[in-house]
Parts: sequence; C-alpha cells; structure tokens
Amino acid sequence: MTVRHIIGASVPRKEGWDKVTGAARYVDDMALPGMLHGATVRSTIARGKIKQIHFGPGVDWNEYVVVSAKDIPGKNCIALILDDQPCLASEFVNHPEEPILLLAHPDRPKLRKAVEAVSIEYDSLPALHTIEESERQSTIIWGRDNTFKNFLVEKGDVDAIWKKAAHIVEGEYFTGAQEQLYIENNGVIAAFDPKNGVTVWGSLQCPYYVHKALITLFALPEEKVRVVQMETGGAFGGKEEYPSMIAGHAALLAMKSGRPVKIVYDRMEDMAATTKRHPSRTRHRTAVSKDGRILGGEIEFTIDGGAYATLSSVVLSRGTIHAGGAYYWPNVRIRTKAVATNAPPHGAFRGFGAPQSLFAMERHMDRIAQVVGISPVEVRRRNFLKSGQTTTTEQTIKENIDLDRLLKRALELSDYAAKKKRFAEKNKAGTNRKGIGIAAFLHGAGFTGSGERYLNSLVGAEAGADGIVRVLVSSAEFGQGTNTVLCQIAAEALGLPYENVSIAQPDTSVVPNSGPTVASRTAMIVGKLVQSAARGIKETLTKTGLLHEDYSPEQFRAACKEYIATHGALKSYARYEAPPDVFWDDEKYRGEAYAAFAWAVYVAEVTVDLTTYSVTVDDFVALQEVGRVLHPVLAEGQITGGVAQAIGFALYENVVWQDGRMMNNQMTNYIMPASMDLPPIRVFFEENGNVHGAHGAKGIGELPMDGPAPAILNAVEDATGVRFCSIPLLPEDLFEALRPEFNEQAVPSSVRGIA
Amino acid sequence: MNPSSAESAKRGISFIVNGEAKKVLAHPMERLLDVLRNNLGLTGAKEGCGEGECGSCAVLLDDMLVNSCLIPIAQANGASVVTIEGMSAHSLMKPLQESFLECGGAQCGICTPGMILAAAHLLDKKLDPTLADIREGLAGNLCRCTGYMQIFEAVAKAARRRVTQ
Repeated sequence: MTVRHIIGASVPRKEGWDKVTGAARYVDDMALPGMLHGATVRSTIARGKIKQIHFGPGVDWNEYVVVSAKDIPGKNCIALILDDQPCLASEFVNHPEEPILLLAHPDRPKLRKAVEAVSIEYDSLPALHTIEESERQSTIIWGRDNTFKNFLVEKGDVDAIWKKAAHIVEGEYFTGAQEQLYIENNGVIAAFDPKNGVTVWGSLQCPYYVHKALITLFALPEEKVRVVQMETGGAFGGKEEYPSMIAGHAALLAMKSGRPVKIVYDRMEDMAATTKRHPSRTRHRTAVSKDGRILGGEIEFTIDGGAYATLSSVVLSRGTIHAGGAYYWPNVRIRTKAVATNAPPHGAFRGFGAPQSLFAMERHMDRIAQVVGISPVEVRRRNFLKSGQTTTTEQTIKENIDLDRLLKRALELSDYAAKKKRFAEKNKAGTNRKGIGIAAFLHGAGFTGSGERYLNSLVGAEAGADGIVRVLVSSAEFGQGTNTVLCQIAAEALGLPYENVSIAQPDTSVVPNSGPTVASRTAMIVGKLVQSAARGIKETLTKTGLLHEDYSPEQFRAACKEYIATHGALKSYARYEAPPDVFWDDEKYRGEAYAAFAWAVYVAEVTVDLTTYSVTVDDFVALQEVGRVLHPVLAEGQITGGVAQAIGFALYENVVWQDGRMMNNQMTNYIMPASMDLPPIRVFFEENGNVHGAHGAKGIGELPMDGPAPAILNAVEDATGVRFCSIPLLPEDLFEALRPEFNEQAVPSSVRGIA
Repeated sequence: MNPSSAESAKRGISFIVNGEAKKVLAHPMERLLDVLRNNLGLTGAKEGCGEGECGSCAVLLDDMLVNSCLIPIAQANGASVVTIEGMSAHSLMKPLQESFLECGGAQCGICTPGMILAAAHLLDKKLDPTLADIREGLAGNLCRCTGYMQIFEAVAKAARRRVTQ
C-alpha cells in the first residue's frame, strides 16, 4: 500500500493537539529543582562611560547572585557576524537598556526591587538618534564613519541615461521601526555544571546560533554546550539573534550560582530592550521614457542599525537586492548602507530589509505613473520582469513567470476597475474617501547569494524498530508549520502515512545543524534535504534486501526492526549541495541572489474617514505564486498572518523614541491589529513549479510582509490625492495633511510620521 | 518587608478550580495568573502583556471571561475558576479544538488557550454567531500569527458543528 497525496493535503499540525488543549510546554511553563530567577540591570542613558555602580540600601545583597562582565569566562561578546556587541557592558554603554549587571534570586518578585536599587553613574557622551545624525558624523559612535556596511550594485551605464529620459522622477520614502510583538516574551532557563558545561532551554528560532554564542562566551568546546528549543510562542525574526543574549545571561548566572536560572522578560522589558525592524530611508531617482518605461535609475537605501552591527549587514543585503522590485532595470545603481545610532540594535524581522526597500519601490511606481500620466496598473505592466530578463544583480530569470497574468487575476479578484471608477464618483461628496491601491513584488527564498553555501546545512532522518521515522533538524517550529511540513515531505518520500513520521525536538545534542529557521528557507531548502535523508533510509533498506518496492507500513516496520537488530541504528543524513547553475559574486554583488523568487500582486481597498482621520482597510486581496503549496491551510495562515502584521506596519505600529529609548513599550500604547481592525484577507495562490525546492516549493513566510504597506498607501493616495511617503501613516499625519486650512496650501512632498 | 512579615501578610484563599476545591496561601494582591501557574501548576494560561491587553491569560471566573493577570487572588476567594485544563469536559471543547486544528486557528499556540476560552464563552452566549459577533467576542484576545481569519473560520465551524451534533 502506498500512501499518496500527503503533499498538498492539509494534514493536522503535528503539535496541534497540545496547543489547543493548553498542554504545550513553553519555557515559562518549565521549572527545575532549586531554580533561581534572573533579572537584568540596564543602562538608562544612550551613550557614556560607566563611572561607578552603587548597590543601594534596603536590599540584603547577600541573598542575591550578582554577575558582571568580569565573570565572563570567555570573550565578552555575542558571537554572530562581527562580534562587536558585548554580552554585558563593562566600560561604555552605547544604547539605553544595554545590559550591565545580572541578578538572581529564588523569589522572582524580589528581583524588581533589587534592580531598582542599583544605581549607575555615567559620564555621558554625545549620542546619535537618526540616520541623518549618524550620516553627519558630528560624533563617531561606531568604526571610522558610523557605517556598519555598504553595498553597491551597478548594472549597465546609469550616467548615460539621464539625457535620454523623457521624465526624471524623484522620491524619498521612510519606514519606521516595528516591534515583532510575538505574544510569548523572550525567555530561557540555563543550567551549568563543571562536567557537562552549559545547557539552555529557550524560546528561539536558531539553536545553533545560541550554541555558537555560548561556546564563545564560555570558551567551552562545542560538546559542552547544549541548546534545546522549547515550544516557541511566536518569533517573526525577534528570536533569531536575541536569544543568544538572554541565554548568555542566564547561563552566566547559573554558572556563578551553581543553580539553574530562569530569565523570562515581562512585556515592557522585552519591548524596550530587544530588537525591532530597522527604520529606513530610500531615495529614488528614475529615468523614464515617454511611455512610462524605466530606462534606469539610482536607488539609495539606508537603514538604521542601532548601536551594534549584529545582523544589519545581512538585512541590508536583502533590502538591497529587493530594492528594484519586480521590474526590469536596463541600467541601475543601488547604493546602500547600514548606519549606527545609539538605540538598541535593530534586528531580524520577517522580510528582513525587503519590506523597507519594496515599500519605496512600490510607492515610487505610483509616482512614476502620475508623472508619465498613465495608470498604476499600466506602469507596472510596462516594466514587469519577464522570463529571460535579468534582475538588478543580473540574475537571469529562468523560471517561467507571467506577472502580467498575475496582475490581471488580482485586478479581477478585487474588482479593481469597477471599484476605482465607483470610488472616484463617490469621493466627490461626503465625509469619507475611498481608494484602491496595488503592489506587485517579489521575495527571494533562502539565504542571499553565497549564504546557503556557507551554511552547509545537514539534515538527518532516523528510523526506529517501531517503523516510525524521526526527522532530525535544528529547524524550529514557532507557529509557521515547520514540524508539519517537514514530516509531510518525509512521509511522502518514504511512502508512509503522515502519522508514521515524527520530528525531534530541536536539541543540539540530538539534531544536526540544518541552519537557522529564517529567510523563508525551511520548506524549500531544509525540505529538500529532508526528502533526500528520508530517501536514504529507504535506499538502505532496499539495498540490504530487507525491503522491496511497493511496501506496506507493516513491511517497512519489519524491515527497520530487522535492520536495527543486525546493524544497529538506521540513520541517514543529507547535506546541502549548491545547484550548479547558481553563481554569486560577493565583491561586485552580482549574480544569482536567490535560487528562487516568490511573486505576488496585492490589492488594498481603504476608507479614509475625514472626521477621525483614520484609515480603515475594507478589503484585501493577496495573490501569490509560491511554487507548489505543500499544505494549503498552513500556507494561507502564513499569508493572512503576514498581511495582518504588514497592515500594522502601515497604519498602527508606531515606536515612539526618546533619546534612543522606546517610550511606548506596552501593548496598551503600541497598537497591533486586533480582531476588529482587519479586513477580510482573501488569499489566492498560483502554483508554478520550482526546480530547487522540495516538491517545487518556494519560500512563503516573509513574502506577505512586503506588499501590504505600499498597496495601502497607494490606496490612501487614490482616496485623498495626498502623496504620503512615510509609514506608519497615523491619523495625526492625515490630519496635518488633510485638515481644511491646509487644503489651500501645497502639501509637502513627503509628510513624515511623528518621530 | 522582611521574610517573616512577608509570610504573615499571606492569607488563606479558598476557591474552586476546574471543579475541585483548592486552598492556597497567598498575598491578597498576588495575581490569579501566578497562583494558577506557580501554586497549582496550571500553565495553560499564559502571560503575554501583564496588563490585560492580550487575553492570553484568559480564564473563566464565575462564568465571566477575565484576564487572570488583572485579578488579585483575594477577588477569587470563594469563586469558581475554570482554566483551559478544566474545559475538557465542556461540550463545546471538542468541536472547538477540532475546528481550530482543521482551520489553522492555532499557529504558535501561545494565544490559543485564551482564544479557545473566549470562543467557548461566546458560543455559550450565542448559538449561531455572525462574523461580527465572532470578531467582537474575540476582540480582547490578540494573535500575532494568524491575522485572525482562520480563527474566525474555526469558531464559525465549531458553532455549525454544535448545531448539527
């Protein structure tokens, strides 16, 4: 009996039953005997030299375990790319909320008072808080020029095209910081013993990132560090690099106290101290022909990285490669940089730089349409990338894509033409204005350029004597469906029922390094390796003559049992092999940036209320081509969830900064979409094969973060005639631009959000 | 406050939790959420925000849906509390849990216990809720993963299932 149709079927989520019964175990649901609780003493200023630390009265300090930078046995850094971020500040602080001291106590409520009783004296130093301030270099806070990373992409001869242009269209676009706002805050438990080293259980995306960071921090051999991922209550990039920090802190306290230590942040600490999406500024200068074709252009993309380099170079890379959008640029120069400011480091967040540069591209396309005098639909149609053409990095599109058709279908699904006409008529009167806007875009799956080659991921599968095959990966489940999709792929490869495949809890002492759970790479890249590893099991059994084609699960079980009795463990591993036709030049930033792109056209319909100045999204159509859809319900959930987050990015989620510190670090005053705030999000797929992914899958998780914000602002412009270029777009901004006394005046070309 | 006075400030609290009589010694202002999780080992209610915004700590207190992070334990004295763990016998649970699984209503799962309690509370009041009823009934429960659409679908499906059962 061969079981078919596991791929493409909406099988039950592997860990689903535990989640709907409340039995799923997150890190804060776990306790170890003798466990202490840990807390962090953080800087209160943006930049300065630590002069003195006072342990105030009213606290019996003998009850507390105190850790400072001096207690770090290895290197005082969070090992990642440049290793410039200290685990604990020792001499200087470079942003508010920077960790300086750690405290532990058996009684969690007693920690708050103790943290408050520590006071730190500083000699403060001048600090920088915006991209512009950082660029001016009135003070140097990082490296030689406040710049973490630059990229330059050059294609064709941009300097020669300006004189051929019928129009030169310029624009400047801004996006704000955004909090990931997973509902489960960051948390870990650490244990230490001199013989076995460090063990950490935590809420995290990348067990081997934490593993690497702890090896460096403790100067331990790799077998003496063990990292276990617990059920993780949302991540979105916010648990990509930050868990290395909190894990290091808990482990240092565990080492010093000799007892297990739990650190779980409360919401205010999590929001104030952990990473957010990089704020950005993008400038476009585009040469356009009389009929609206892009002849070439210059794009300048800058992101604010906060105080340390962390992942900014990689975020910048993705933003750079996506800056030209889904369009054909015969000539282009893209200059990008990540700059330092004295804010907590900005980090990974779904989309990873692409939502920022694509916001600019898709707003700019509407601007080009206006200048040329054609419709937003037509300007896109005339510039779409086609199969055989090259991207800005001169990657030839080998996939069979038809963006024209995708656009046409999205317009039909959203009833675009009829609505556009109807709204124009209706908007002549009343206190509401309606509009409709589109965004067309792409998202590259997997690590950028040579990234997957460096990751060199390894995946395993192990069959038990009971005939159950266990997938061995460090790829983490945090809601997106990793467990389920990887088990589907293995089951399909083995011809076994889905129930006969399980997945190991990510534990670095058990699973190989299949790379980080990021960059929309899991289904496509790790999935392909799972398929190979699973096939390896089958081949071992057939080659030893224990199994023949067309076997039943019972025959498979008997074969596994016999193999294990004779030979021992039945395991199979598969390592990443770069496709032979993928070439990338890191120096010139040229070549095959991604093995595959997902493509999408989104349409947003909005109402602008001229009494309250609020924007409501009334309808949302999300049409995408993501290769083969492995699990329709999970895939749809990725899109609706991403669109919701991106609606928040566009209209609600405003980080209020003061001297580098987030002032609204609560769910009460940082507003994410609730059940009443969202339109129907209507999700549609086109399925086009992809040669590189398992069963033709491409990445899906980040794509929906890219399109909604520009589609919504395009719709707001359609409704109001005002060209907003900055998100979040808040009622205050609309009020500034639309209130009656302003109507007489020219509206500024870019109306920026409140800082 | 020294340890002995801290101990003496504790009070005996008697209440019914998931149908069983419980007695705990706690400060009157201790949060119901902490007592459930730390004293009684009922970890199904989760702390998301600690200020009553997210609903992931939702429980039923005398049949009212409350955020247990906002309830001082003194207020639960003599009351009946039901957490997700105590809902298994409720006739709505099976249809709700199955619908959540089928429709994709649970992703990371951290909001799910609160979301399911809110849904059960809604379906207890409304036999055949409209989409607007469902949106309103779940307005106090934040989900960052799903964009809510599949949760709405799950609740509507559970309501239909109950009718046909």
